[in-house]
Amino acid sequence: MSRTTFFEVEVLDGRTRQQLCFLDKVEPHATIGEIKSLFHKSYQQLYPARQDLKLHPKGKSLRDDDVLQNLPVGTTATLYFRDLGPQVGWTMVFLAEYFGPLFIYLLFYFRAPYIYSHQDAFTSSPHSVVTLACACHTCHYIKRLIETIFVHRFSHGTMPLRTIVRNCVYYWAFSAWLAFYINHPLYTPPSYGDMQVNYALAIFVLCELGNFSIHVALNNLKAEGGPKCRKFPHPTKNPFTWLFFFVSCPNYTYEVGAWASFSVMTQCLPVALFTFLAFIQMTIWAKGKHKTYSREFKDYPHLRMPIIPLLL
Amino acid sequence: MSAPAMGTTKTAHSDVAPKKKRGPGALATAYLVIYNVVMTAGWLVIAVGLVRAYLARGSYHGLYYTIEKPLKFFQTGALLEILHCAVGIVPSSVVLTGFQVLSRVFLTWAVTHSVREVQNEDSVLLFVSAWTITEIIRYSFYTFSLLNHLPYLIKWARYTFFLVLYPMGVTGELLTVYAALPYVQKTGLYSVTLPNKYNFSFDYHTFLILTMVSYIPCKSLSYPPQYTTDVQYYCSWVVPRIKYILRPFDILSNCSPILHFKSLLY
Repeated sequence: MSRTTFFEVEVLDGRTRQQLCFLDKVEPHATIGEIKSLFHKSYQQLYPARQDLKLHPKGKSLRDDDVLQNLPVGTTATLYFRDLGPQVGWTMVFLAEYFGPLFIYLLFYFRAPYIYSHQDAFTSSPHSVVTLACACHTCHYIKRLIETIFVHRFSHGTMPLRTIVRNCVYYWAFSAWLAFYINHPLYTPPSYGDMQVNYALAIFVLCELGNFSIHVALNNLKAEGGPKCRKFPHPTKNPFTWLFFFVSCPNYTYEVGAWASFSVMTQCLPVALFTFLAFIQMTIWAKGKHKTYSREFKDYPHLRMPIIPLLL
Repeated sequence: MSAPAMGTTKTAHSDVAPKKKRGPGALATAYLVIYNVVMTAGWLVIAVGLVRAYLARGSYHGLYYTIEKPLKFFQTGALLEILHCAVGIVPSSVVLTGFQVLSRVFLTWAVTHSVREVQNEDSVLLFVSAWTITEIIRYSFYTFSLLNHLPYLIKWARYTFFLVLYPMGVTGELLTVYAALPYVQKTGLYSVTLPNKYNFSFDYHTFLILTMVSYIPCKSLSYPPQYTTDVQYYCSWVVPRIKYILRPFDILSNCSPILHFKSLLY
């Protein structure tokens, strides 16, 4: 008689409790990911990324790398299924979110027809700050695209389709709105002239470099650590990472700094509003991350604040 | 808004359901009772004022001026309800409550108060009377719920009158905004044009049009959740009655549209 007892897995719908699938002869060391693949064989359109399996209808979702025999189930496991809706890979999400603003801003910069009045189509602004703003905005999104393709490693595989639509609408609409004013024929350059523009530009460049350095540092952390060994980020030889002494999420700090300096550079209220909203969102994320770090690591430095050094 | 009948009854019987949210404490309950009583009284004052003015004048015209001040005071006072949700003494969503109260306050100040020519319109009377009756019933409902003694009449009135008063109020609001449009466009009220130092522009006229358009999805989506804490009660009260009314149609269940409609209900 073989020593290995096979498991049986019953998958029920989380809401209706109907049996959707019954898998027998499942290996004890099978992972949830493998069970999802088996489930996918019965339901062609429910690919694994779309499946959410739980032990209890209202419980926490099971991870793909959870092993069946380590779960608190008998030899017959009952799992509850929920359809997460169409999913999109994170890379795809970010590419869509960032190509939009890039392209839309340029449409406004070159004053495509039907945006401004007829005689202003394809004209260019006499102000140098407008061209500078276009360059900054474009470089910002190109940098983000490069990071998405080459730098970031995403822990979760996918995102629901509804979220990507919502995020894209937000990014695209906002960049259209602020590009409209910056490239408008009636645009008024900053009150303090070139001095204001140059100082703001300098801070913008520094913040962009800082943001990039932090992303690289975080990526290296994931690379050397691997998924099991969790470490929190430390300052390195790069001066931009020294912000880690004061802040848990310096990438968000630099991001806010970049947008704030962009709003000062263009002296445009919609840009300031965008900066403010981004600040609120990133503060929420930073606080969450800070709490996760503090809870997970006992030796987490006390000096660090979530996003603004010494303050927030 | 304050705690509903269901919530407070359960919390009054202490540790029945551990998963239920904690209701307001004794001090908070006292404060909420006072708040709801004051609001009920305030809207009663408005109602009485309207009736008296109508009886004195004999016409519907120009009644807004008689109750202008109490209306502004008590409708603006409803902003406190957002605070109640934020602090947690009322188990409702801050976002939904905020959205509702702010849309009322917007209509009171940014449309009716700001555009004087609109104040003589009959649509103003339409939404003011809808609001008055709704608020009297709603605040007395909350008062009685907090005191754990809710007369069935008030519960019935709340859910029945709502079906008429809500569309009435929305219609009045829409007509008022529509009436304000030409005056806003003519005077450029609350609008900013280019060029200016901060490179920004805002057209209040367009904003009002967009507000009117957004009324359709927004007001219909917040229809049941206006009473977020009572959604389950609402469903359990209304749906059986609709089912009862639709019983004769069961013989038509072969007809797919009817089937589809019924399947939406339960």
